[in-house]
Amino acid sequence: MEAGALTTRDDLAAARLAGSSRGRLADPAFKWFLTILAVLILAIIVFFFVFLINKASPAISKFGLFGFTFGAEWNVSKSVYGAWPLLVGTLITSAVALVIGVPIALGAALYITELCPARLRAPLTMLLELLAAVPSVVYGLWGVFFLIPKLRPAEQWFADTFSFLPFVGGSVAGPNYFIAGLILAIMILPIVSAISREVISTVPAELKEGALALGATRWEMIRLAVLPYSRAGIAGAIMLGLGRAVGETIAVTLVIGNAPQIGKQIFDQGYTLAAVIANEFGEAANNKLHSAALIAAGLVLFVLTLLINAIARYIVVRGNRMRDIPPPEEELTMPTTGPLIGGPVMQ
Amino acid sequence: MSDVPANALAPISARRRHTDQVMRAVLLIVTLLALVPLVLVILRLLTSGLKAISWDFFTTDPSGNFLGNPGGIKSAILGTIEMIAVAALITIPIGIGVALYLVEYGKQGRFAATVRYFVDVLTGVPSIVFGLFVYVALVVGNVGGSGFAAWKGALAIALLMLPIVTRSAEVVLLLVPDGLREAALALGAPRWKVVTRVVLPTAAPGLVTGSLLAIARGAGETAPLLFTAAIVQGTSFNLNARMNSLPAQIFADVGQAQDRLVARAWGAALTLVTMILILNIVARLVARRSRST
Repeated sequence: MEAGALTTRDDLAAARLAGSSRGRLADPAFKWFLTILAVLILAIIVFFFVFLINKASPAISKFGLFGFTFGAEWNVSKSVYGAWPLLVGTLITSAVALVIGVPIALGAALYITELCPARLRAPLTMLLELLAAVPSVVYGLWGVFFLIPKLRPAEQWFADTFSFLPFVGGSVAGPNYFIAGLILAIMILPIVSAISREVISTVPAELKEGALALGATRWEMIRLAVLPYSRAGIAGAIMLGLGRAVGETIAVTLVIGNAPQIGKQIFDQGYTLAAVIANEFGEAANNKLHSAALIAAGLVLFVLTLLINAIARYIVVRGNRMRDIPPPEEELTMPTTGPLIGGPVMQ
Repeated sequence: MSDVPANALAPISARRRHTDQVMRAVLLIVTLLALVPLVLVILRLLTSGLKAISWDFFTTDPSGNFLGNPGGIKSAILGTIEMIAVAALITIPIGIGVALYLVEYGKQGRFAATVRYFVDVLTGVPSIVFGLFVYVALVVGNVGGSGFAAWKGALAIALLMLPIVTRSAEVVLLLVPDGLREAALALGAPRWKVVTRVVLPTAAPGLVTGSLLAIARGAGETAPLLFTAAIVQGTSFNLNARMNSLPAQIFADVGQAQDRLVARAWGAALTLVTMILILNIVARLVARRSRST
């Protein structure tokens, strides 16, 4: 190499990048610093879990893990703590949220990706994402002063008219499971819709064009090409929405009525795991068993969300693995689930 | 043409066309339905919130008077900004650092996979559990000499933001082309210089966007703050004392069910939503600018 070449700007820049030999010590140091950060995050999570278990142990040793989780009575004045009414409340409100929220989220995702005019796509997506920008407490505020009073007559009419259905009938309480579920539905809508949209947009154009070329209508294309292909991803999106709904606290606390019993119908007051923690931690400060019970309730909630998220991840990963099988070149067959073109198309 | 089935080019039957039209209409209606709550919430926020808002509303603390003027939300706005700023200072360097480890060093190794898994686990943890954790670990034992304290609230929010920052940073860092890294390495640059001079500047707009979105998410959280920073009236700049925040103030006011307090709650809610929207818009602008360059 010529000596003069080192004076060009590029070489100078290269020399600056390379740094001195002492600077090279910085390299392993940098690596170790980042590694320690990664270890730190693991340590925090492990500590987090162990610590909560430790602090919940007075309640768990008194009632037993099973007795606490499935105990039917939560009564602070009698010092009896069973999380079952809370757990049921959490499950009912989350179920209502899924029943209402998922079809709407999925429908919106399908409309935006497959049907709507291209120039409406971005604004519609943005509007749906705006729903996620509203904080929980604002939804709670809105629920208390808008939804509860406005929906009460409709709920009472529904309860009277359809009293033959299970869990419907009787007098409607202002704050109730249904209102909480409805608010949760609104809150999970953006996330379920966003993930579904992402999944649906990965459906290969050949599959959709193939369906259309064979004479399928738009809806038949959605039903026969888009939905089967994205089924796993949509299931994962729903589970992630469920995880959100289960852990949501403040909005639910404001609209569920906070009655620690299992309501007889979906328009009854109830309680959820998250809401009981938010409401009672203040009074529990000087009562060891009570605060241990609240922490145990937090643990039950934690484990529940862990389970839901693990299932969601499993579904998504399995779905992705199945989809990664490359489709055969010549023929248009679905790589994953069943034939692309079923009977109804060619009738 | 003889191998085309006779019915392949036949017109679509009336029943199928009908189903198609009905389902298209259903999907359109469902999409509009999804926007109904947004419209209702925003309308109500504007009608009820604007009534409460005045200059005094932003410049006075909540008075705490049982009757009369309830005061404004100055302490809540400043408290939210202070705590979120502290939370961001804690969590953004750590989150980006962990993401750098995952992308530059850990890659697909077993340890990196474990870290990634646990970060995912953190994403799913309900915010109230973070609050409970900080409450039990720091507030109950009066760590630092006081029970409820702003820095504990900031810590709870930081924990909550950490997985969001890490995940979004990882995605952005993965987008930096390997060619850039290889070019810098080929010029003789040590790894750490490749990361700090090449990878980070290239990914900067994406990192900013992810961090801003995480901040927007953290700013709206209520549950962890109730446990950790509590609710007070006065403006405070002492991180080791109780500190007010917008979400906590709204929560407290809703519980009071007095018209003048509820009016303040609407005003505070409008303020909070506006702040979060601004963060979101800025995040999006940063993302768009980086895409166009």
